[in-house]
Amino acid sequence: MLLRVTDLVKTYPGPDGPLPILNGISMEMKAGATLALTGESGSGKSTLLHLVGGLDQPDTGRVEIDGTDIGAMDDAARAAVRRDKVGVIFQQFNLIPSLTVASNIAFQARLGGREDKEWMGDLAARMGLAEQMSKYPEQLSGGQQQRVAIARTLAARPALILADEPTGNLDEATADSVMDLMLELAAETKAALLMVTHSERLAGRMGRRLHLRAGRLA
Amino acid sequence: MTKAGLQALLSHWLRNPMQLFTLIVGLSLATALWSGVQAVNAEARASYDAAARTLGEGRFAQITSSDGSIPQADYIRLRRAGWLVSPVVEGRLDGVRLIGLDPLTSPSGLTPTGADDGNLTIDVLAGGVLFATQDTFARLEAHDVTRVVTPDAAPGIIITDVGTAQRLLGLENALSRILVSPTQPVLQTPLAEITPHLTLRAPQDGSDVGRLTDSFHLNLTAFGLLSFAVGIFIVHGAIGLAFEQRRPVIRTLRALGFPLRRLIALIAVELLALSLIAGAIGVGLGYLVAAALLPDVAATISGLYGESVSGTLQLRPEWWLSGLMIAVGGTCMAAAASLFQLARMPLLASARPRAWAMQAGRGRLYQAGLAVGLLILAGLLGAFGSGLAAGFGMLAALLIGAALALPVVLDRVFAFGASRAKSVTAEWFWADTRQQLPGLSLALMALLLAMAANVGVSTMVSSFRLTFTGFLDQRLASEFYVYADDADQAAKLYTYLAPRVDKVLPIQSTTQNVRGLPSEIYGPTAHATYRENWLFLQSANDAWARIEAGEGAAINEQLARRAEIAIGDDITLAGEPFPVLGIYGDYGNPIGQAIITEITFKRLFPEIRPSRFGLRMDVADVPSLTEALREDFNLADAQMVNQAGIKAFSLSVFDRTFTVTGALNVLTLAVAGFAILMSLLTLATMRLPQLAPVWAQGLTRARLGRIEIIRAVLLALLTAALALPLGLALAWTLLAVVNVEAFGWRLPMFLFPLDYLRLAVFAVGAAVLAALWPARKLARTRPSDLLKVFSNER
Repeated sequence: MLLRVTDLVKTYPGPDGPLPILNGISMEMKAGATLALTGESGSGKSTLLHLVGGLDQPDTGRVEIDGTDIGAMDDAARAAVRRDKVGVIFQQFNLIPSLTVASNIAFQARLGGREDKEWMGDLAARMGLAEQMSKYPEQLSGGQQQRVAIARTLAARPALILADEPTGNLDEATADSVMDLMLELAAETKAALLMVTHSERLAGRMGRRLHLRAGRLA
Repeated sequence: MTKAGLQALLSHWLRNPMQLFTLIVGLSLATALWSGVQAVNAEARASYDAAARTLGEGRFAQITSSDGSIPQADYIRLRRAGWLVSPVVEGRLDGVRLIGLDPLTSPSGLTPTGADDGNLTIDVLAGGVLFATQDTFARLEAHDVTRVVTPDAAPGIIITDVGTAQRLLGLENALSRILVSPTQPVLQTPLAEITPHLTLRAPQDGSDVGRLTDSFHLNLTAFGLLSFAVGIFIVHGAIGLAFEQRRPVIRTLRALGFPLRRLIALIAVELLALSLIAGAIGVGLGYLVAAALLPDVAATISGLYGESVSGTLQLRPEWWLSGLMIAVGGTCMAAAASLFQLARMPLLASARPRAWAMQAGRGRLYQAGLAVGLLILAGLLGAFGSGLAAGFGMLAALLIGAALALPVVLDRVFAFGASRAKSVTAEWFWADTRQQLPGLSLALMALLLAMAANVGVSTMVSSFRLTFTGFLDQRLASEFYVYADDADQAAKLYTYLAPRVDKVLPIQSTTQNVRGLPSEIYGPTAHATYRENWLFLQSANDAWARIEAGEGAAINEQLARRAEIAIGDDITLAGEPFPVLGIYGDYGNPIGQAIITEITFKRLFPEIRPSRFGLRMDVADVPSLTEALREDFNLADAQMVNQAGIKAFSLSVFDRTFTVTGALNVLTLAVAGFAILMSLLTLATMRLPQLAPVWAQGLTRARLGRIEIIRAVLLALLTAALALPLGLALAWTLLAVVNVEAFGWRLPMFLFPLDYLRLAVFAVGAAVLAALWPARKLARTRPSDLLKVFSNER
């Protein structure tokens, strides 16, 4: 099993004491699977994604990737998991504004020591970014920036792709084309894809779907 | 991985060269300010040390003759009688002062450094070696003597052995004076029995030169401390902003799996490299500042105290190292705080807008507590502390406490403004200004300290100037002063002068211990000159009349403070008790002084004859009398002193001091202004998400730009309002605490409201200049850039 989440609990400090965000979540994903995580705003979708990606730590419960509990890891080990096994696609893209498109795409792969220029060139061409490689993020449209963010993640060939509303800032047509590419490339690289989305239409394109309500799986 | 991370970090600077420029310039200017002051300090101190070493014979007792020449045979007689003495030959060679010493018998520390070398000592014994600096040698004509360049020698002085000095000066078998070692045999034949025609003079303890030089030096040291504080705040601000600017990059790097520790190490190495580069530039700039100021410093010191300071600057390790230290040390201190925050902040927390500032905001309560604690400490040190260390401790606590209190005070002011706002724009303005405070606070602290330094040091120097010129009016009340060679000439001069002027006032003095402290005793003639011009700080009723009647004495402030003598207390002079009837200010005099009337003085010290005279006369007659004295008594120029000349000279010395402190003041203010510019520019970029909604809701870009300028003016005015009391407290500390601890006398403090107003105008001007560019940038921001805020949601 690529991903196993067991009894995950997460609270944040609130004005009247701890505020429960996730309350005993358990789930699994196999390699190559696709899963849509839906739910209302504040239901805990992004928090679950952050915990699975090792960006945050649970209060209790386990997050296992390839059988290793990343919740118990120190910061350096979790950074290594993010670098080597997980790829996160953020809604706000989070590109490095001072690096060119080419450097941004190569960045995570270089961090993990897995730079493959041929694969990157292929990705850029299929993402329609071949002409934009020497530009800087601020010179691109929102859709183009999201494609760079996706290419950056896929260039590192992660086993698990986590996408937090990756098309949330895009129009419908652009969102569809980005989604097509993401699913196609995830299948090609045999990566599992866990996507948070509000869109019923996009959720319907995923292999499986989980709905979160008030910190629990509905 | 490291290479990729480094590339990402460095690429930020390449894409944002202006941010790199402001960081480097901020660090460089802070270093330049500090190292410039230190360079001036180090150079001045080195010159004092060299002068003190070479001229240090003043600290020994000396045997002199009335005609200035002592036969060598007298010296030999003294040695044979067991006196531990050493000969000195002195004169001018090609206009340069030449001093001949005996390296075997002269007290330690007088011979030049090079003379400690064994070979050179043999050369000296053989005769024919001159020691001096390169500059001094350049003024000397060719002589058949070996020259040894000694960088540590006092400027303008050549040291050699006695024989060579006699040969070069044409003083065969004659000495200028004889130094007396502090340790002498217990049983010793009195001087009067061996050489009755020679006089033994006591050592010049606490000589004017050393003490007065120290007072000028204290000014520079105080300024150094202030520039250090300003520099540290600017460095802190620059580094904090560098972190804030790269917050998104840092967050993304971490999210993509870059290990935190390596990230911290990379940032630390990067900042260290930047601080070294900026430090080196700063030291270079500081050198230029010091080189520009040094001629004035040299002129001030040599003018005030007669000590010669070379007009060229040497690259002394102590100041360029300390300059690099402030850049690197300041960066390390500032970066340590930011890196600590980075290490502690959860990865996702750094994604929140202005996370650093919020983190800083949470610490405001602690900051307020620390500020209050430091201000209380300053108060306690002022009230109960003693010693120079307590004085400087009070200065430091006051400055840092006030700087830390500034953001807290401003925050409260803005909250008050918001609560009283009538319009929605005003409400937004107050709230937005308050929100900007964390990002601007370090630059504002630097401005506060710069302005306080300005107020404090200007007030101190101006008070000193006013007091000292007033003191000169008091103490140099006579129009003309004449110095006789000896008692016989003095008697003849008195007879000669009496019919030619309104009044001849003989000046006679001796030295004696009063309450265990070495003091000068003066016996002035009873005359209106003293009654009208000598003003007492404290006095008994009818003090002058009673002193003139021989019923008591007046003493200077130094003696009163050191011996804790109050009005009405008795002092003993020549075994007789005298009640103290007045205490007078005696600025610049390092030792105690007492005044009794002439008749009493003559009764107590009948052997003392006056050798100086103050002449009350018509100023217009001074030139003709000068000429007559030159012709009839062959008096040298140095023996006739025109009071107006002394005053003009003193004022010119103060004006030079003003030039130095004025230049440093302007520099400090300019650096603080630059720090504000740096902060505003950085904030302008980061503030688009906050300004775009306001723009979208109806405020024009031009109006937003104008509001930015109004904000800068308001911040500068508020800072100025707080800097004024802080600067005055600083001046008070320097005048009433540090000066008293260092020199034993307190300077009255004068206020200069027009100067402060001008300073406030300068500060506002600097703030407006700093705000102009960011405001213009904002007013010209393309709507598409503002709209990006919404499309990307940042």
